[in-house]
Amino acid sequence: MGYTLDFSVVWQALPALLWGCLGTLGLALAGMTLAMIIGVAGVAARDSKAAWLRAIVIGFVEIVRNTPFLVQIFFLFFALPLIGLKLNPTATAIIALGVNGGAYAIEIIRGGVQSIHQGQVEAGYALGLHKGHVFRFIVLKPALRAIYPSLTGQFIMLTLTSSICSAVSAYELTSVAQRIESDTFRSFEVYFSVTFLYLAISWLLMLGFAVISRRFFSYPTR
Amino acid sequence: MTPHFGLPEFGFLLRGLQWTVLLTLVAFAGGCTAGLAVALMRTCGHKGVEWITSVYIGIFQGTPLLLQLFVVYYGLALTGLKLDAFVAVAIGFTVNASAFLGEIWRGAIQAVPRGQSEAAMALGLHYSSRMRDIVLPQAIRISLPATIGYLVQLIKGTSLAAIVGFIELARAGQIVSNQTYQPLLVFGVVGAMYFILCWPLSWWGSRMEARLALANQR
Repeated sequence: MGYTLDFSVVWQALPALLWGCLGTLGLALAGMTLAMIIGVAGVAARDSKAAWLRAIVIGFVEIVRNTPFLVQIFFLFFALPLIGLKLNPTATAIIALGVNGGAYAIEIIRGGVQSIHQGQVEAGYALGLHKGHVFRFIVLKPALRAIYPSLTGQFIMLTLTSSICSAVSAYELTSVAQRIESDTFRSFEVYFSVTFLYLAISWLLMLGFAVISRRFFSYPTR
Repeated sequence: MTPHFGLPEFGFLLRGLQWTVLLTLVAFAGGCTAGLAVALMRTCGHKGVEWITSVYIGIFQGTPLLLQLFVVYYGLALTGLKLDAFVAVAIGFTVNASAFLGEIWRGAIQAVPRGQSEAAMALGLHYSSRMRDIVLPQAIRISLPATIGYLVQLIKGTSLAAIVGFIELARAGQIVSNQTYQPLLVFGVVGAMYFILCWPLSWWGSRMEARLALANQR
């Protein structure tokens, strides 16, 4: 075999790669924030009285969920300037992630809202809780508890999906890796190492989400 | 002179669509075969084997598909084998599919009531007959909605082959878009083609899921 693996290039580029990790996390966090806004607004519109509004939301969800993210980001990349939004690649990537994640968030949040039985709210009022407490303890917390696993899973999915944003050269881990690869020609070494950086990111996120869940969403046992 | 988006360009996209479908079918067939092996190993009862397969599945679920493709693509190139781009990306998607389908079917195998395999054991059936005749036929029914869901994921995922340079639908769209300077029209058409491919499957999957949920209620 004429090729010897050389991981020293990866070691030298480690600071840049770690910055890339932060870029990925930032991109995913901004995208998820936008996705949540779209999700909540979408759920409100999905259950509104106006039939055309409901149709738009259903159409949006189906289109986003049945086309590849790569095609979505290319489309937005060219469509956003036409509506007057001249953005840099990273901002375009955030919008694309937000739109993509938003469609999935609509479905998830809607499931959470539907899981709260109307009788629960009435029972809360019957017990003499005021409006704020009913919303906080009877609607919000159980709904969040119900959707927490799928919502955090969606966040991790979005973090992994953000690697595709390298196709429009947004600042994140994969595009950093591509730059290092084109400088050093050590394709396999670079991508192999970066794959494990992504694995570390998703493990850390999973661990963090489990800690949060135990701290905030566990039922009181005492 | 720049060509406009016309019939020849549409034909080029259709040929890209053919490669997308072919790539999906090859990866799905390969993924089903390897995924069955993964699912059986994951539920075989041997602690070490189960642990190794759970790590295997965890790696594929915790890393981006794009990076998995890069690693397989450039890793295969290192072995010195002169592989066609199609073969290389097909292997990449197959490996990914084996992990995801393996995990889906593990869940389905474990969802088959224990009494079924216990009864089969009591009847003296050995492992292969127990799996083939009792557990798997029931598990397949349970896993069908999720399996179809993964198939849709796979169709969408094959678009990433465009980034490593294989000309399927998404890459064909990029090429036509660069030639005609009509990116919105081209990517709109490409998106519509993916949608026509994926949406009936999604619809079928969710209908089956609803029917299965109804059957379990009774």
